[in-house]
Amino acid sequence: MKKNILGLFLTAALAATVQAETVFVTLEKDNALAIVDPIAGKLIKTVEIGQRPRGISISPDNKYLYVAVSDDNTIKIIDADSLKETGKLPSGEDPETFALNPVGDKLYVSNEDDSQVTVIDIKRKKAAKQIKVGVEPEGIAVSPDNLWVASASETTNMVHWIDTKNNAIVENTLVDPRPRALSFTADSQQLWVTSEMAGTLMVLDVKTKQIIKTVRFDVQGITSDKIQPVGVVIDKDRKRGYVALGPANRVAVVNAQTFEVEKYLLVGQRVWNLAFSPDQKRLYTTNGTSNDISIIDLDSQTVIKSVGVGTYPWGVAVKP
Amino acid sequence: MRSINLFFQVTTKFLFLIHLLTVGLVHAEAKQVVNVAYFTQEQKVPPQLSNLDAFIKDKGVLGMQLAIDDNNTTGQFTGQQYVLKNFTVPLDGNVVEVFNKDIGDQYAFVVVNLPADALNKVADLPAAKQKMLFDAATIDDALRNEQCRNNVLHLLPNRAMRADTLAQYMMKKRWNKWFLVIGPEPEDRMFADAIKRSAKRFGMKIVEEKNWEHTYDARRTAQSDVAVFTQINDDYDVLVVADEQGLFGEYLEYRTWNARPVIGTQGLIATSWHRTHDQWGATQIQNRFKDLAGRWMEEQDYAAYMAVRAIGEAATRTKSNDVNKVRDYMLSDAFALQGYKGNPLSFRSWDHQLRQPVLLAAPRSLVAVAPIEGFLHPKTELDTLGYDQPESTCKWSQ
Repeated sequence: MKKNILGLFLTAALAATVQAETVFVTLEKDNALAIVDPIAGKLIKTVEIGQRPRGISISPDNKYLYVAVSDDNTIKIIDADSLKETGKLPSGEDPETFALNPVGDKLYVSNEDDSQVTVIDIKRKKAAKQIKVGVEPEGIAVSPDNLWVASASETTNMVHWIDTKNNAIVENTLVDPRPRALSFTADSQQLWVTSEMAGTLMVLDVKTKQIIKTVRFDVQGITSDKIQPVGVVIDKDRKRGYVALGPANRVAVVNAQTFEVEKYLLVGQRVWNLAFSPDQKRLYTTNGTSNDISIIDLDSQTVIKSVGVGTYPWGVAVKP
Repeated sequence: MRSINLFFQVTTKFLFLIHLLTVGLVHAEAKQVVNVAYFTQEQKVPPQLSNLDAFIKDKGVLGMQLAIDDNNTTGQFTGQQYVLKNFTVPLDGNVVEVFNKDIGDQYAFVVVNLPADALNKVADLPAAKQKMLFDAATIDDALRNEQCRNNVLHLLPNRAMRADTLAQYMMKKRWNKWFLVIGPEPEDRMFADAIKRSAKRFGMKIVEEKNWEHTYDARRTAQSDVAVFTQINDDYDVLVVADEQGLFGEYLEYRTWNARPVIGTQGLIATSWHRTHDQWGATQIQNRFKDLAGRWMEEQDYAAYMAVRAIGEAATRTKSNDVNKVRDYMLSDAFALQGYKGNPLSFRSWDHQLRQPVLLAAPRSLVAVAPIEGFLHPKTELDTLGYDQPESTCKWSQ
């Protein structure tokens, strides 16, 4: 125990002096993981990871990265410090997106081709259950209170509410066409869902499972069908949410109380996924076709830097 | 063929079983049934240029089956059930008789895979008046203009949309001077007309136009025929070929007098769907289709798939199987269909053509997707392809 605390202490001290945090970016076409120092705004290195890496998450204790290596049909467990592979999880075929529960012992994977969600017991490295959902499940999220898994199916156009106690669907909410990503607010009271085809953000009330607000985006000089919302994150105080608008090359800043769109920030091309820095002072975006990430300073609400990372940056995870 | 059918039956049964199992849990109440008919006629096997690609008899219906399966996956959560019934008129059968007898007043939603003249014959029948007919086969410009019918919706991009796709890309490449080669069939003439319209629209110049009058047994004579045929006075950037049946077009490439690329119905083609397409989730549907059909998805499969998905989307949103409610929703501004091509798809109000991106494909690579960046439109860039509202000559005949 003592040793552990000392170890933690050392790593923390080391991290503070060397770098404040590390950003990990999966590179779909490079079969690699990019490691970025966001404070210096520099790409530190890229490491090979396997065929077509996409979804990425970091364990609650920040020790392990989970990376969906789609064409290898597995989710790899990577030591977040040494970047060595420590194991594999049985994800089912072609894993793309997945969600880790807040405890860090279960992982929920969308199996797009099989219209199901696989529940993985991380400790046993075993699939615990398969849940039938709609056609082409993609976006998936676990509520911070660990009560709900929300899974969105892109062709069925639904959010399926899975009760984590028995891993069964208890309710379905019809949403706008091609729902892509979803994210719970920190208080687990709302679920934000993006629709790529309708170009909307829907805010769902977790208690009633109903849509309470639909937000539309309007960027000057861009026709509505270029506005294709994808990744979405909400800050922990529920002050603002951020929505990646895909080929509109913007991140929309949404007031999370009034649901007004406050601002559009110009980032790289086909902006895809988003992640906060641990202190939520910065937002990182993966820009699919301009092969970089944008760093947004959230105090000033400005894009302060873009860092070239490699071909088709897809997912992003941050380690303090 | 038999094995596919068998596979089919087994799959359907299996899906039905799953259906019973899961549905029983989620939805105890009675299902709302949405009946969809598929109406086609047997085809003569056309002359083949080569035996590389076998003739596919069942283009269309398997796309429809896939969409029915997808709709039913959704249906388990919405309490709707989609049922497909397949009607195939024999080669020597009478389309009108079979339609009246078998479709009659039983089916409100009919996916039709017939040539242009047969389609309108059916559309004009009293029995078809209150139906929605989904045209999953024709690409005729006339059916979207002076011969349009109010009860018909068109899924495949018409020739004008295809020609505009080629023209936009040629304009981007600045390959402005075209040599147009036209085959002997009436359809080739229609394709050539669409090419001429696009050339005018996008400021391309057709420097020469020639009819192909040589033999189709190109194995023996292509080398000399094509070289001689393509010696023309003016210089040109691309050879545009109009040969929809594929009787000679494949033999033009690499045999022209000058080194010039071939586009049109062969070489670089404009199409609604292609096996090289893997963006915007297309990989998923390509995989699902191959699992079901044991072959690649063809254009008519995509068209039939989209027709049934459109029905599903409208029936889900309106919670109804009523043809009027479904039609109203499908033709409203609220309708947005995901078609694995990046943009939301919808039907043009003035001619019921499905607005959609068009792929530019070489045999083994996807070259571009139109609308090409830079071609702008006040409403949606998708309407830079084909007949826009002011150009349309469609007046609904009642």
